[in-house]
Amino acid sequence: MVKVCQSTIIEAPVDEVWAILRDFNGHDRWHPAIAFSEIEGGEPVDVVGAVRHFRLNDGGELREQLLALSDRDRRLSYCLLEAPLPLMGYVASIRLKPVTDGNATFWEWRSEFQPPAHRRDELVRLVTEDIYQAGFAAVRNLLKRRSVGSPVETRPPQAIVAPTPPINMPHAPSRIAPGQTATTAAIVVERYGGPEELRLRDIELPPLAPNEVRIRHTVIGVNFIDVYCRTGFFDLLKPPGVPGMEAAGIIEAVGSAVSGFSAGDRVAYACPPVGAYSERRNMAPELLVHLADDITDEIAAAGLLKGVSASFLLHDVHAVKPGEIVLIHAAAGGIGQLLVQWARHLGATVIATVSSDDKARTVERLGAHHVIVYSRENFADAVMRLTGGRGADVAYDAVGNDTFAGSLAALAVRGHLVSFGQASGPIGNWDIGRFASKSLTISRPNYAHFTDTPEKLEPHVARFFQALRQGVVKVEAPTRYGLADAANAHRDLESRRTTGALVLMPRP
Amino acid sequence: MTKVYVSSVIPAPAAEVWKLVRNFNALPSWAPFVAESRIEQSAQADQIGCIRSFTLKDGGRIRERLLALSDYDLSCSYAILESPMAVENYVATLSLTPITDGNLTLAEWQAEFDCAPDREAALMHQIGNGVFQTALSALKHRFGR
Repeated sequence: MVKVCQSTIIEAPVDEVWAILRDFNGHDRWHPAIAFSEIEGGEPVDVVGAVRHFRLNDGGELREQLLALSDRDRRLSYCLLEAPLPLMGYVASIRLKPVTDGNATFWEWRSEFQPPAHRRDELVRLVTEDIYQAGFAAVRNLLKRRSVGSPVETRPPQAIVAPTPPINMPHAPSRIAPGQTATTAAIVVERYGGPEELRLRDIELPPLAPNEVRIRHTVIGVNFIDVYCRTGFFDLLKPPGVPGMEAAGIIEAVGSAVSGFSAGDRVAYACPPVGAYSERRNMAPELLVHLADDITDEIAAAGLLKGVSASFLLHDVHAVKPGEIVLIHAAAGGIGQLLVQWARHLGATVIATVSSDDKARTVERLGAHHVIVYSRENFADAVMRLTGGRGADVAYDAVGNDTFAGSLAALAVRGHLVSFGQASGPIGNWDIGRFASKSLTISRPNYAHFTDTPEKLEPHVARFFQALRQGVVKVEAPTRYGLADAANAHRDLESRRTTGALVLMPRP
Repeated sequence: MTKVYVSSVIPAPAAEVWKLVRNFNALPSWAPFVAESRIEQSAQADQIGCIRSFTLKDGGRIRERLLALSDYDLSCSYAILESPMAVENYVATLSLTPITDGNLTLAEWQAEFDCAPDREAALMHQIGNGVFQTALSALKHRFGR
């Protein structure tokens, strides 16, 4: 039995490093040796027993099983089930510890295995250098890219759902206020980290200001931006704070200076500041939308942010024209489903990518002309084949790291890449000189820049509701979670196993 | 039960740092707030159960019993028997872990204790910052290159 132990210091807070490492399926986003990874059977990434199946850049395929994971000790261990090399009996563990003077992290990666004697030195060196030391360097670089930025990679990475930081961020008070002060149940993020940081608490509900309304939420939307807020990837939320940017509900009280809204009105919103993961909240009414009787709370909360996004992506960022070929990634996701239906209605040929056969069937039902299961097939090659070598006119890409290069390759001459998210990690640095080979256009839209005033927001809301009424787009019934169960909603969203929208239900 | 945890990176190999800190009677040689120390009843300083009696530079006197010492884990644990701080059931552990990248050492010092609720914040600060982190900073400085 040989033992390998490597350790290092990473100049970043321990929770930030842990948020990266605890994602058992996330190693393909940072480790340079890994091309692609998925969790078998769609298990959540942090369930003990989950098996990750991954492919190395050199084509080798491996399977590894999660044996233990502790958020308290910031420790996980796993073993190898199948590998192209004789790393027999390989069991490894990762643990993190905070360095309290400064804000750094100690990271230890150790393993034991039984190599054949004649390959012992070679395999020990491979594990030590090519896996562990290379992994240290990769995470260090990932964090540096996030915090320092570069001319290409923005800080924080801008996504469609990355509005500019609001001025008055709601903060959870440190203790429950005594006496008659109102309180509300809310999900509070005390510190950046994994889904377990989403905890239900009673927080103070401040007295209503003259220019605010108080909303009792009936349904709360869950979006990938909420994950970025929870992990600290975006600084829209400063701990302790309440995440969430989308909800529907009923107005309970109206401040003295508010006009146009009264108690009892049904409303919805999809905008900062964060704070939607709560039973009740106070809010300025500028970006609130009145709900007509034929739009249910559930559909509004599941669809408004995604519908508004789809509206400006398909009409403003790139105006999709009849006959165009449109490539849509993550097509079974909440926003992907809307893009597929709406782009088809606009007369485009829709090529969709998904990660599994189940999702492929969902997307076919929605009207995609071609569906590519990208885990099985190189999607860029497939797009070229489907288009007779021409490529797509526009690619809508919220996946980021895993798909950016392929999206570029799948575009036609004078094609347009709309990069509006990075669910799989930041896209890294790109030399725009190379885009000249096809005269490509790249867009990086920011949700707030299309929606932060009533004048900008209104046309998109009207267009989305109109599309719903005419049956141009359908929002399927979302998957419901209790408000207290927000952590599980995030786990499911991040595990890439959900289709459609997720919502949280506050207590009635 | 109140818990305090501090840690620091010491710029020296763990074996070298351990040589200094494993000596339960050596606080005066590296902890800046300790004036003098002796092991009671002529016991050895690495004998489990031995008691160190030391005086702080501010005059306070503390007696601590060595509970565990591991040259394999590079760690030692001890309990307070007497001190001017109003703490009970106080057990602390100082441990070292090698950092292979650069041949450095992670030094961790943690304690658990009971105390009056209104004293908790002050004691956590006093023990965490005033004692542990101050001593680790001194250690860091001592091995600084």
